[in-house]
Amino acid sequence: MARIELRGLAHAYRPNPKTGADYALKPMEHVWEDGGAYALLGPSGCGKTTLLNIISGLLVPSEGQVLFDGRDVTRLPPQERNIAQVFQFPVIYDTMSVFDNLAFPLRNRKVAEKEVRARVEEVADMLELSADLGRRARGLTADQKQKISLGRGLVRSDVAAILFDEPLTVIDPQLKWLLRRKLKQIHERFRLSLIYVTHDQNEALTFAQQVVVMHDGQVMQLGTPQQLFEVPAHTFVGYFIGSPGMNFLPCRFEGGSAVVDDIRIPLAREVLDHAPRHGVPLEIGIRPEHLRVSASQGNGALPAEIASVEDLGNFKIVTAKLGRHRLKAKLDEDAPVPAERGWLTFPPDRTRLYADGRLVA
Amino acid sequence: MDNRPHDNKAWFLVLPVFLIVAISAIIPLMTVVNYSVQDILGPFQRVFVGTEWFEQVLNDERLHGAFLRQLVFSGCVLLIQIPLGIAIALTLPAKGWRSSLCLVLVALPLLIPWNVVGTIWQLYARPDIGMAGVAVNALGIPYNYTSNAFDAWLTVLIMDVWHWTPLVILLCFAGLRSIPEAFYQAAKIDGASAWAVFRHIQLPKMRRVLTIAILLRFMDSFMIYTEPFVLTGGGPGNATTFLSQFLAQIAVGQFDLGPAAAFSLIYFLVILLLSWVFYTYITHTDREDAR
Repeated sequence: MARIELRGLAHAYRPNPKTGADYALKPMEHVWEDGGAYALLGPSGCGKTTLLNIISGLLVPSEGQVLFDGRDVTRLPPQERNIAQVFQFPVIYDTMSVFDNLAFPLRNRKVAEKEVRARVEEVADMLELSADLGRRARGLTADQKQKISLGRGLVRSDVAAILFDEPLTVIDPQLKWLLRRKLKQIHERFRLSLIYVTHDQNEALTFAQQVVVMHDGQVMQLGTPQQLFEVPAHTFVGYFIGSPGMNFLPCRFEGGSAVVDDIRIPLAREVLDHAPRHGVPLEIGIRPEHLRVSASQGNGALPAEIASVEDLGNFKIVTAKLGRHRLKAKLDEDAPVPAERGWLTFPPDRTRLYADGRLVA
Repeated sequence: MDNRPHDNKAWFLVLPVFLIVAISAIIPLMTVVNYSVQDILGPFQRVFVGTEWFEQVLNDERLHGAFLRQLVFSGCVLLIQIPLGIAIALTLPAKGWRSSLCLVLVALPLLIPWNVVGTIWQLYARPDIGMAGVAVNALGIPYNYTSNAFDAWLTVLIMDVWHWTPLVILLCFAGLRSIPEAFYQAAKIDGASAWAVFRHIQLPKMRRVLTIAILLRFMDSFMIYTEPFVLTGGGPGNATTFLSQFLAQIAVGQFDLGPAAAFSLIYFLVILLLSWVFYTYITHTDREDAR
């Protein structure tokens, strides 16, 4: 069990980094609480894997410290940290049997053979690999191989955290959710810390209690799936989480309210109080799920042109034109959609304001 | 059900290959078969002798000696070059300009014509003027590859190791580079020792290239001719006369075309048989593993 703390951590693959662009990982402070299930979500190349490799010790960061329960492990090699890692492509030892594969980390650590047997059998039972223990690992399917990779982490009694680097990439879709559920069961049973890297938001949001969204070497937001959805801390998070992503409209301030082109959009009181008046570009953000579309003019509704309607089976996506801007709204399957002209409502408690990309209030 | 036209057009497409193989391999081979069962007395005089040449060659004690020497030589070549090649490939830098430089340096012996290799070593190992020969003698170790059979063997072996280990190194290097980084990372996390990494990751992943390396080195060393011919001429005595050279002696030296042809066929079949046995053994264990 361990609480993992990153202090002033930064990494550049090239020596002597000067500008921010030289860093694969920009300076950050972060704490992974003991026993949490975290997802590390971000597009390819945002530094997720770099961060993971620093935590597991495969990479020594160019700046900052990694602490496990307050102990500095920054320079310790992976085998001396109580951490396991599962990689994107299943790593198995071809020539060994499934049993020997699972026993490998224990035998390397000189654990008594009797205990090895007990641990391996327990883990194999949990991962439903018991029937295959005597087989060569080589002929197994990708999902079974990935289970073995996971099992090699679970057999070790010293492991405090298991890191996953997009482990389901090569798994068939129908098996993905089975493995994901298995992971959740294991987490509930052992209360291990899990850090799960992925660029698939569904995977992140269904798996994790806490999601860390990364972009361009920086942590953009840490929050529960609900927080990320309801109050994205950054326009990137709004755009990256959700399908379709959040709508953003550039706006300015006039007479105590936000104005998009010539259209006034009502905002919540506390947002207005905190909004910077000068110097920074402002944007209004609203989730397609929160934008209301109706055929008749209600209180505070704005006239818009309906550009297109996509019917996706259990919901509809409406593209509306408000002035020069296109907005998407997600409506229920049976919700009425106005034909050419409609009215848009921005609920003030659901409408966010972003200054230079960051959430206001 | 199946509406595709059926005809024999494909044979026309195979024809060019068939012709090339016929002219380059089958016809020469059949000529040899022809010689092996006849006594050629003159351009238009020949007598059918059946298996006489085969019996004569198979009972030839010189052939038994050469065959035994050949087996020992090929065995030594494999026992030295394969482990040495693996060991050197493991120590080569993996990337960057150092890697390119090392690969070029390692590959150099492969680019040298075979008889030049023989000449280089003949001069290099000469006890009177050769750098290696003089140096070894100066250390107080008597060394003369032209008069001492052991020294001659040693020189031929070292020469072959120098000449051909690079091939094994290059093949192993290629095999090692194809191992994804994640395997090494996982092994580190699993706390594997360097030996365990070699035994359970690198060696299994090199298996296929090693199969090729062993086959190539076996076939090549079993047919070795040029280098010992230039270096020792098969001597002292018959100490370094291997099968190819023995064959050349019969065919070109004594002009006994019949026995030479019979022996060529036996030689060919031995190499084919040994390679086949080896190849099926390897691919068979491969399939066993997959199960």
